[in-house]
Amino acid sequence: MSTDIQNPRSGKIAPQYRRGTGSKGNFEMFAWLFMRLSGVVLVVLIFGHLFVNLLVGEGIHAIDFGFVAGKWADPFWQFWDLAMLWLAMLHGTNGVRTIINDYAEKDATRFWLKVVLYAASFVIIVLGTLVIFTFNPCPVVNGVQLPGGFCPAP
Amino acid sequence: MSAELAEPASKIELPAHIGGGGEIPTFNITLRVRRYNPEVSEEPVWEDHQLTMYGTDRVLDALHKIKWEIDGSLSFRRSCAHGVCGSDAMRINGRNRLACKTLLKDLDTSKPITVEPIKGLPVEKDLIVDMEPFFQSFREVMPFLINKGHEPTKERLQSVEDRERFDDTTKCILCAACTSSCPVFWTDGQYFGPAAIVNAHRFIFDSRDDAGDMRLEILNDKEGVWRCRTTFNCSEACPRGIQVTQAIAEVKQAILARKI
Repeated sequence: MSTDIQNPRSGKIAPQYRRGTGSKGNFEMFAWLFMRLSGVVLVVLIFGHLFVNLLVGEGIHAIDFGFVAGKWADPFWQFWDLAMLWLAMLHGTNGVRTIINDYAEKDATRFWLKVVLYAASFVIIVLGTLVIFTFNPCPVVNGVQLPGGFCPAP
Repeated sequence: MSAELAEPASKIELPAHIGGGGEIPTFNITLRVRRYNPEVSEEPVWEDHQLTMYGTDRVLDALHKIKWEIDGSLSFRRSCAHGVCGSDAMRINGRNRLACKTLLKDLDTSKPITVEPIKGLPVEKDLIVDMEPFFQSFREVMPFLINKGHEPTKERLQSVEDRERFDDTTKCILCAACTSSCPVFWTDGQYFGPAAIVNAHRFIFDSRDDAGDMRLEILNDKEGVWRCRTTFNCSEACPRGIQVTQAIAEVKQAILARKI
């Protein structure tokens, strides 16, 4: 049985360790910075959200469809929830992106996992944004007002 | 010759009940060594050795005992054997340490002591790994003084405070204990690794050096400092007690301060 063993100090680098020519640009730096900044903002947004929804007034017992409808009638809460949605989604997506980069062993696996990740994030962000801005608590379907105690009588 | 020479002190025989004051205690250990020989088998195997060792012995002494008295084919690197050359970093009981600085009595001798090659680098034989990828990253950060000014006729003077700024990172002995303890390095070996960043830090924060910007640009790579996940494995592994994670954080901040 013969095994090819290289001379020591041959200066050869095992191929899997060879780094591609350095990618220019500061994407990784901004991604790193975004994680820190969005993290700080998210702490405020999420704890503010939990406080207002669960503790203020009747607290958790006040939450129902009407409560959410009331909140989204106010541009302040529309903006709050929109910021929370975007920051949390981008923060989470970037976190999972780094995990995929760290733990996927094959380039193909890495690529397809990221395609799934970006597609899922895109759908959720777009859908969430649409819901926040086009939300109508009293829709009229086929000329008939859907029932809801809080809607003005037709 | 003169008649009666006084007998040397060491030859005086002491009665049994006096002896033993300075005696070093012995104990039995099981050393479980990861063996790999590509000429015999592609698969590494664990090999146990029962040894009687002294209280003053280190893991390196146990390896020597195996190599010199039991099995000469055991291969490992060591040069100075005193914690300075950085040759004998290995994974002992699952932690990266220098075999020459780890006393057996400090380990749990009731269980087998495991000794493996450091992780993340290609194993060549037994405890010897190919260090070339590690040194390639080290070379890429240009670990030497670059000064654009005129060559002084005397030494380059530096204030005590300026010297203090990078004192911690001058302690590196390039043993690779930090880089091979880093989970990010384990996955694909592309990350520059803590050791290269520590050695870049040593020059980036040296007031006599003029190439800090070049080194920061190199480490701004996608495989550079931003791959650090601050797991602190490197700081824990460093046999010289360098605050590696802190050094990496300082390089990150230096890059940010320069770009923004």
